[in-house]
Amino acid sequence: MKSTFLKRITKRVGAAGLALMTTLSLVACGSASQADVVGPKIRIGIKFDQPGISVEQSGTYSGFAVDTARYVAEKLGYAPKQIVFKQVTSAQRESLLQNGTVDMIVDTYTITKDRQKVVDFAGPYFVAGQDLLIRKTERSQITSPRDLANKKVCSATGSTSAKIVQDYFPKTTQLMLLNGYSECLTALLSGTVDAVTTDDLILATLAAAKADSSLMVVGHPFTEESYGIGVKKGSAVLVEKINEALKSYVSSGAWKRAIDKATKGTGYKPNPKFNPPTRFDARASDQIARF
Amino acid sequence: MPGMFHGFLASLSSYFSTFADLLTRYNVLGAFWMNIQLTLWAALGSLVLGIVLTLMRISPVSSLVRVGDGIVMFFKNMPLAIVMVFLLLGCFIQLQVQLPANFDTNFYWLAITGLSLYTAPFVSESLMSGINTVPMGQAEAARSLGFGFFQSAFLIILPQAIRGAIAPLGNTLIALLKNSTVAAAAGVAAETSSLMNTMIQYNASAITQVFLLFALGYVILIIPIGLATTYLSNKLAVRR
Repeated sequence: MKSTFLKRITKRVGAAGLALMTTLSLVACGSASQADVVGPKIRIGIKFDQPGISVEQSGTYSGFAVDTARYVAEKLGYAPKQIVFKQVTSAQRESLLQNGTVDMIVDTYTITKDRQKVVDFAGPYFVAGQDLLIRKTERSQITSPRDLANKKVCSATGSTSAKIVQDYFPKTTQLMLLNGYSECLTALLSGTVDAVTTDDLILATLAAAKADSSLMVVGHPFTEESYGIGVKKGSAVLVEKINEALKSYVSSGAWKRAIDKATKGTGYKPNPKFNPPTRFDARASDQIARF
Repeated sequence: MPGMFHGFLASLSSYFSTFADLLTRYNVLGAFWMNIQLTLWAALGSLVLGIVLTLMRISPVSSLVRVGDGIVMFFKNMPLAIVMVFLLLGCFIQLQVQLPANFDTNFYWLAITGLSLYTAPFVSESLMSGINTVPMGQAEAARSLGFGFFQSAFLIILPQAIRGAIAPLGNTLIALLKNSTVAAAAGVAAETSSLMNTMIQYNASAITQVFLLFALGYVILIIPIGLATTYLSNKLAVRR
């Protein structure tokens, strides 16, 4: 009796062990063969929470910056499977490039003189400008920051857009700072603030996310924000290659298709003075408001 | 060799001159002052609320005890950022509950409300631990002398409890000062963590200096609080 019981146990354990080993070897096989096919990976830093620009939804990525990143990576010789998107936040970007966590950053990453001291930029791939998002019903009252005296504005904590409001807007403008622009959108829709301000591309994609088109971008950008593709300092060859890729990105019409897709239904047109970009010389924006 | 040494000195001095440059271009001291103000008001608010909660929890009315315990449990286990976002997005933006009409003072008091609500349970827990150090005989003696609940609480129990709870109260104050940076989530713009973000946006090349500036500022603020509470808790403890 006892011996048959023991036998049964050993049999079962043996079977389980065999099954386990088979699975393990299968897994090992799987990863090995996958690595053979995929080859080296390119790690691209994007934000995960900017609707229309770069957004992650259960493992899939979409938006204008994502489309741009995919196009550039393909031109650099990477298959779609070789692209790994990594999440970055505004304050981390330089550090992540410096310590090599990401190979490039495609984001609403304004080229500035100060940033150029620590990272290299390719591009610009888009030239945005700070603008105002308002309720359509107030389109006649608010046409420039000058009209915001004694009114309320929302922007993101610690952003350059907020600094522009503090430095250039009328002194009686009240500024509300929230963690993100989608929270500002809530405040605008509830009537707590009269305008949301940041780069026009971000505003247009925010308005696009609100499907009933009750919001609009004023359309008079008052700063110049050249979005570059950030890479590690001292990557002149890579910068050259990315600029070549961007050139064909614009000339093939893929750039326009990506922009139209991101801002569909808002009537937004990128500032035609600078867009689509033609000179990929990574010129720095001066971060001064003119209105 | 001397050339190398001079080069090292030069880069070191340029590293430190960046500090001076950052301090002149940004109102860093003002930002710290904002956090100190938030901390002081919230310390006052949470002390009052904490004492009220503690009175409820030691009261002879069992329903008050349960409500007090419930409030402490609820806010103690609620992340501060959630409390702040709820006050801002829920109370202010959706329900339009506005304190003063001006945005800046509104967010200032909103943040103080949030910090007080969040900190009060921790104050209450500290006081309860202090109350545990007061022997039962003290309350019995007060009762037998004819003291009512409030008389025995305010004249006999709480004074001894607070003296026994200086150390945990000091820790709560330190935590409150650090937590005051979450006020950014309630829209307070002129506070340290928001200023640090802005400075990083504009001075990406000096990121370590920006970080060190704020880290050192908090160390300078917090070490004296720690020393003071250790000194006071030794000095004021009731020797039994």
